[in-house]
Amino acid sequence: MTGVIDLAWWQLAIAAALVLSLAGCMQLARVGLGGSLLVAAARTVVQLSLIGLVLEALFAVGALGWIVLMAFAMLLLAGREVMARQKYRLVGGWAFGIGTVSMFVSAFSVTVLTLVAVIGPDPWYSPQYAIPLLGMLLGNTMTGVALSLDRLTESAWRERAVIEHRLMLGQTWHEAIGEMRRSAMRSGMIPIINAMAAAGIVSLPGMMTGQILAGSPPAVAVEYQILIMFTISAGTGFGTMVAVSMGSRRLFDARERLRIDRLDSR
Amino acid sequence: MQEPALQLEGVSIGALSDIDLAIAPGEVVCLSGPSGSGKSRLLRAVADLEAHGGRIRLGDRDQAAMHAHAWRRAVMLVPAESQWWHERVGEHFARDMPETLAELGFEAEVVEWSISRLSSGEKQRLALVRALSYDPEALLLDEPTANLDAQSTARVETWLTRLIRERRLPVLWVAHDPSQIERVGSRHLRIAGDRLESAL
Repeated sequence: MTGVIDLAWWQLAIAAALVLSLAGCMQLARVGLGGSLLVAAARTVVQLSLIGLVLEALFAVGALGWIVLMAFAMLLLAGREVMARQKYRLVGGWAFGIGTVSMFVSAFSVTVLTLVAVIGPDPWYSPQYAIPLLGMLLGNTMTGVALSLDRLTESAWRERAVIEHRLMLGQTWHEAIGEMRRSAMRSGMIPIINAMAAAGIVSLPGMMTGQILAGSPPAVAVEYQILIMFTISAGTGFGTMVAVSMGSRRLFDARERLRIDRLDSR
Repeated sequence: MQEPALQLEGVSIGALSDIDLAIAPGEVVCLSGPSGSGKSRLLRAVADLEAHGGRIRLGDRDQAAMHAHAWRRAVMLVPAESQWWHERVGEHFARDMPETLAELGFEAEVVEWSISRLSSGEKQRLALVRALSYDPEALLLDEPTANLDAQSTARVETWLTRLIRERRLPVLWVAHDPSQIERVGSRHLRIAGDRLESAL
């Protein structure tokens, strides 16, 4: 196995020079994104450096309590992000609550299952495995949950007259919104299905690339990448189903009335 | 066996409060009033699509004691603007309605028609056929002939009144046209402020 070549800061500066020259060219060509590019690049440096420090500390301590705290901080940030990506939100904290609960149910249980039953590090919550795994799962589940909830609430808002007319004919709330639930679940699942279908052909997945750069044999990197793809699709799929089920139930009350007043448009 | 008849006791919704109304089997109660006075909302309350006060019964069954979807199928609200969600007309019907379609002047192939080619008048008549295909026990009609010409209106009125009589359906019919109210209504109620008053 080859050792990892550590990067010095001046070596990163060469890469940074590339970004700076790109910003300069964009400025000359009046593309107008030079500023945003530099701000985003700066954010990358600051945010990743900070998380690097946090992870260094976490790996050094390795206590379950701190890892759980970190995991919940990640979960709440993901929940906030899910809420921010919806145009029509369920009022009363439900937009945040449903997103967070569904990600908790799917991403957390899939992570724990993978750690305990598949990878089996010692201890099972070893942060070197637990945190990256949870991060990947949360990131992807977040995308799926956000897309599906946004699709669900947006289509319920747009098609509220259709839903109500279906109710008038005696359909249950379940039947009246069934088509929208299915299309919401599809839109949450499509990104990961596409990613799995294209993996290795169109692009080398980022995690695998990173692992190979870090010196792993490609065969091991491939195994981990397959594991990650499968867990991500399970996490995203179950998270999407939970979120859409809870969200669509919340759009109706106990008398199966469509409660469009529970949606707030941004 | 007690016949189904529609009964409202102390119903309140929006501006309307404490509405009492009993509709006998086969009776058509016409409801009129200025726009925004709450005609449609009263129908929505009877169909339990909006939260409301008071008690509503169909025969000896209480609205609150029935599953909401079963109640709505029984009282059957037909709104002024119909909605269509499947590709073809026929997919929306609970069962085939060939005689009814013929009676309203449609050819039999109308069930194969695409929704996008329907005119607003055709939609309105087909929405009535669709509602009746579910065999409701009462009808809540919100301006059922608003988009129709005189000839179609007459046809729809004849068909509806005969069917209402045959099936002994209690009917709440929102209408504007005084001559139509004269033709179809057993009684005529007008919304005045927060209550209903007899317009006879």
